[in-house]
Amino acid sequence: MGVSNDPEAALWVRKHAPQWQQLAAETAAAAHHAHPSVEQALRTLGAYRTLARHLATVRSLMPGSLPAAALERTCAQLHTAVNRPRHFGRAEWLRMVREDVPAAAATVRVTTLWLAALLVASAGAGWWLVSRYPELVSLIASPQMIDGVEHGHLWTYQILNLGPPALLSARIFSNNVMVTLAAFCFGTLVGLGAFYMIAFNGLMLGGLLAFTHQHGLGLGLLKFTLAHGPVELSVMCLAAAAGTALGEALIRPGEFTRSEALRQRAAQLGPLLLACALLLLGSGLIEGFISPRPQISIPVRIGIGLGYWTLMMLWLTGRLFRRTRRPVIS
Amino acid sequence: MAEAVLTVRSLTGVEMTLPVAGPGMRSYAFLIDWQIRLLGALAVLLIVVLLRLLPGLPKPFAAHLLLGGGIVSVLIYLLYQPVAEIVTRGRTPGLRSAGARIVTLEGTTPGIGPLLVRNIFRLIDALPLCYVVGLVTCMLTEQHVRLGDIVAGTVMVCAAEEAGGPLDRLALHAQHSALPPDTAELVHDLLGRFNTLAPAQRTALALTVLRKVDPDFGASATPPEESVLRARLEALLGRIERS
Repeated sequence: MGVSNDPEAALWVRKHAPQWQQLAAETAAAAHHAHPSVEQALRTLGAYRTLARHLATVRSLMPGSLPAAALERTCAQLHTAVNRPRHFGRAEWLRMVREDVPAAAATVRVTTLWLAALLVASAGAGWWLVSRYPELVSLIASPQMIDGVEHGHLWTYQILNLGPPALLSARIFSNNVMVTLAAFCFGTLVGLGAFYMIAFNGLMLGGLLAFTHQHGLGLGLLKFTLAHGPVELSVMCLAAAAGTALGEALIRPGEFTRSEALRQRAAQLGPLLLACALLLLGSGLIEGFISPRPQISIPVRIGIGLGYWTLMMLWLTGRLFRRTRRPVIS
Repeated sequence: MAEAVLTVRSLTGVEMTLPVAGPGMRSYAFLIDWQIRLLGALAVLLIVVLLRLLPGLPKPFAAHLLLGGGIVSVLIYLLYQPVAEIVTRGRTPGLRSAGARIVTLEGTTPGIGPLLVRNIFRLIDALPLCYVVGLVTCMLTEQHVRLGDIVAGTVMVCAAEEAGGPLDRLALHAQHSALPPDTAELVHDLLGRFNTLAPAQRTALALTVLRKVDPDFGASATPPEESVLRARLEALLGRIERS
């Protein structure tokens, strides 16, 4: 504790004490300035530089002393207050929607296609298994669903009796978002979690289609899924691909450490997850309001499903918000 | 076991360390925030139920009211944590009362992206129940971080002191007191914790500190009363505190 023993250091501390009071006041003010003016920001930056300089001096004059600790704590507080991201305003949201989402989707395009192929293959496997061994359907469907189908009733057209469409949409949306987020998060298990979720969902889809087909209700189930299914399944593949990319960052971190690679990949793929949530909101609304209504014909359902899927593809490939460049007139 | 710290470099190249919050502080902050969101969700439901008891309320409206109230409650419960973290920039009421805050690995205020990612990964951290995965990860990692923090690149650090507080006190001591700053800070800390210490401990500590200032203090056979010790400490500090 050098201050008490070193007169030179004590003199230095006493000389700078009035300035430290101002710096302390500036630190307290900086923590509360949400939108500082240019003058305020410059004053805060000046205080930050002065504090860091004084900290370096005090450390050399009286290492391990309480003044050094107080300066370090204050400097760290100002460091956090000064280094904060700019306000996420309208321009930032627009940039994210127009540029960051397509850019993130482009990085996982190939994996998404592979996972879509896995979904189709596992759906085929599910179809074959249930066609060959019908008793296996009890693994993927509840006894009520099986009983209903065996008596010629599809469960999908009765879900409107469970509650109003708005509540149904909210439930479907929250369920889909949970599945999507889980597919993303479980990708950190070196991608195996995402593969498992896609394969399991594919098996269920194929198995249920086969089971309903055996009882003459296959077309009914297909009709039900036509409007919301394309986007819902695509988003699931997309989220799983994003999760797989996280797993890949762990397996092949490249020039970074594994944790750095994971952080960078997660930051890059964050906007894609928000896009997935928005697309699922639309899917949930379609599934709650349109899909369970038997009076809506197949062509209309195909139109809605295809239209929504095309819209999604245009967004994810960056064509939806492509700016038209006007010719420069000299 | 050495205290975990986060070492960051200032823009001018000077290194600083931030004390990292341990599993206890994290759990305390989480419990406070959890109670807030639970109470918020329940309050909305209670209001809706009370509104439905109003006489003359049309039946369809009452049904929609309950539905709307239910949805709002669920949204409060599910979205409180990410929204509160984003709005308060990593300083939710729970974190504030625990004396902690979320910062990036560079010691800076985190943006929307890292805060969202660390919240998404609660899905895994909460497995299989009661945040077991998160708690175990937190105990095993050097900087006491859960999986969500690892992916988002965030750390929870201690931030109990008011901004600029330690430096302000130091400056006051240095200007107005004959006490060396070290001793003045010691007196300040001792007075701050006086009532939380055991009587024997606080008497011994007060005597040690006061003898540092005046070596003859309390030299008699019977040590001074506790109230006398406290008054003496306050007198030492009282001379330099702002009125």
